[in-house]
Amino acid sequence: MLKRVLLSLLVASALSTAAFAQEPKSGGVVNAVIQPEPPGLMVGLVQNGPTQMVAGNIYEGLLRYSPKLEPLPGLAESWSVSEDGKIYTFKLRKGVTWHDGKPFTSADVAFSIDFLKQTHPRARGNLAQLDKVETPDDSTVVFTLKQPFGPFLGIFEVGSLPMIPKHIYEGTDYKTNPANNTPIGTGPFMFKEWQKGSFIRLVKNPSYYIKGKPYLDEIYWHVIPDAAARAVAFETGKIDILPGGSVENFDVPRLSKLKNVCVTGAGWEFFSPHSWLWLNNRQGPTANKKFRQALMYAIDRNFAKDVIWNGLAKVATGPSASTIKYYTDKVTTYDYDPAKAKALLKEAGYNGEKVRLLPLPYGETWQRWAEAVKQNLQDVGINAEMIATDVPGWNQKVSDWDYDIAFTYLYQYGDPALGVGRNYVSSQIAKGSPFNNVEGYSNPEIDQLFADGATAFPDSKREEIYLKAQKILTDDVPVAWQLELQFPTITRCNVKNLVTTAIGVNDGFRDAWLDK
Amino acid sequence: MLAFIAQRLAKAVVVLLAIVVLNFMLIRMAPGDPAMVMAGEAGASDKIFVTQLREKFGLDQPLPVQLYRYVKGIVTLDLGFSFRQQMPVARLIAERLPATLLLTVTAFVISLLLGVLFGTLAARFAGTWADTAITILALIFYATPLFWVALMAILLFSVAMDWLPSFGYETVGANYTGLAHVLDVGAHLILPATTMGLFFMATYARMTRASMLEVKRHDFVKTARAKGLRDAVIQRRHVLRNALLPVVTLAGLQAGTLVGGAVLTETVFAWPGIGRLMYEALLQRDYNLLLGVFVVCSAMVLAFNLITDLIYRAVDPRIEFAS
Repeated sequence: MLKRVLLSLLVASALSTAAFAQEPKSGGVVNAVIQPEPPGLMVGLVQNGPTQMVAGNIYEGLLRYSPKLEPLPGLAESWSVSEDGKIYTFKLRKGVTWHDGKPFTSADVAFSIDFLKQTHPRARGNLAQLDKVETPDDSTVVFTLKQPFGPFLGIFEVGSLPMIPKHIYEGTDYKTNPANNTPIGTGPFMFKEWQKGSFIRLVKNPSYYIKGKPYLDEIYWHVIPDAAARAVAFETGKIDILPGGSVENFDVPRLSKLKNVCVTGAGWEFFSPHSWLWLNNRQGPTANKKFRQALMYAIDRNFAKDVIWNGLAKVATGPSASTIKYYTDKVTTYDYDPAKAKALLKEAGYNGEKVRLLPLPYGETWQRWAEAVKQNLQDVGINAEMIATDVPGWNQKVSDWDYDIAFTYLYQYGDPALGVGRNYVSSQIAKGSPFNNVEGYSNPEIDQLFADGATAFPDSKREEIYLKAQKILTDDVPVAWQLELQFPTITRCNVKNLVTTAIGVNDGFRDAWLDK
Repeated sequence: MLAFIAQRLAKAVVVLLAIVVLNFMLIRMAPGDPAMVMAGEAGASDKIFVTQLREKFGLDQPLPVQLYRYVKGIVTLDLGFSFRQQMPVARLIAERLPATLLLTVTAFVISLLLGVLFGTLAARFAGTWADTAITILALIFYATPLFWVALMAILLFSVAMDWLPSFGYETVGANYTGLAHVLDVGAHLILPATTMGLFFMATYARMTRASMLEVKRHDFVKTARAKGLRDAVIQRRHVLRNALLPVVTLAGLQAGTLVGGAVLTETVFAWPGIGRLMYEALLQRDYNLLLGVFVVCSAMVLAFNLITDLIYRAVDPRIEFAS
């Protein structure tokens, strides 16, 4: 079965390459699943997954990214970097209009930066090195940095830095602006209708700046809360697209065997969801480095990969996912070895204290995974006890550091400075937030390395620094890395050219077309 | 009778307020808050973000102040604002309530009619194969979990036979009008309403059967038979009418769940109703919305209790109004 899934993944990717050769056809309606229902579509204010997925059609960023994470033109058609790596000049595409007909200019870019600094926690972090934004003319934007910031060209994707219409938001209270319910962007599709609890309807932007695009007339995003019901809806032909994570993993092999169904694992290169166990470094057995290393040996990650994730994952080797910049596998690695784990536990002086294991309450797959890990831990003599929570309870427990071992996965955003460092540097230790250095790991050497890595110039220097950081971290095991996850996108095969960039379905359906 | 109704309504208002306060406290005892949920969903957050959200939700105020504001709102029939959904709670509920009422009232009617019918038949033919068949079926539906029945129904009627749609309220994008629209909604309604009705149908059938067999043994039935009345008349006017009282009690209870009781069915069938709205509000700790749904549901339960009492009287005139 595993082989067949991998095979269909290969076939699917081969097919999608072949699709470029075909002439796209215009017209048609596609039905996709959105889960859970997003709280809003104004992506500058709301950043959760479903919002980004729908809003990527309405809003756009200055750049897009290839599967290899090279910047591609978006609303900016070209860009240049000064020799000292501090000044970035963007030339904007001409003739771009907002959905209400107003022209898109450099003033909108400058406004968006201000807007997002107030509302978007990730953008706020990404823009920390930004000194000023200048707009010498309508189609030029100049960003000046306080010091070189290696990943700067990697922060312009639509979810991280969406362009916000100045003429609608300037001088208003952003959060309560009624326009939030009727989002206006520059994207290939326009917001049309949202029947809460049922569907979101987007229609083609007839005056999109790329002639002939988009090809589709309409997109319906259906809200179907039950995972089994989503699988059935796809099976019965009512749904054409199941974005990554729409169905439980154990349904993927079955669905991918259906006739006329294509599966691809592509489109997650930018996010590279990386799962690990948060180990509480402050107290209890997990505060002991030997105990943490024992955990790494005790857990059979290949079993989790093959059985729980149906082969749709890759065993993680360290803090960076293999898909992002400066990754290395020349680090301390931990194979499944219960005997070694037991020996290390003995060395650590573990005396059978109770250890609280917090699963991620995101559905069946995660529940089963936690059960498997609990079994692994018990096999080497760790007294693990599972704590059941719902999502808000999980958030609270993790944010309050009230756990010993907690499942999680985080996005890496293509660069160690954007998505990796935040979990290990001590400046990110802050109670009350679920996605920072929750484990409480503090190592001055690591702090310095990540600080230098972000601003070192040129890139060869950055590489050196991050290789060193990966070595130290894999030896210290501040968290127990598990798997690089894949969230396969499942479609009918007549949906062509859907996933073309590193953010996959989130990048909007501007290139997608239907082969009728 | 009017005095009875007025008195009951006055009591209902007091009960409702007590429910509001109790619910408010209970919800706040659950771990986590909406700011935390939204921060978690964003996959990234910092102190400023969470603080901003808390201010927006009014969660930076002391609990008694929040409660006071909420109750003050309720008294003036203002259910508050759902910050998560960016809409007044009353509007959210009003949008979703009709779908739930359509679903649950259909389920209620199906289960009551079929349940009483099957129960009557089983009692009439007690001891025969028909009685056994009905009793066994009722037992199965009574004991089977609702979500399993729902999924099996989807597998059979949507996947295998492709007769009925498996999710939603109507065919999205078809823009049917008039009769076509009614038929379309009807087709979407069949599976959820039936699965939802099965449990109560089974209960009504078993209760009607037991109750009718009980009544049959009474002297007034023997008298009727001795008078030479036709069997059908005896069953209908003497047995069934007397046997219905416990069924009415149960129906009153089911009616109470008409609003809130559809969480599971609505989730499995992606029915855009209030049950799902409540469940999602709970998972997202959308306090105002959750409380709003509770208030509306509680008000409905109180109303249905009152109506049930009135129906008792209609079924059995010997019952008098007193409170």
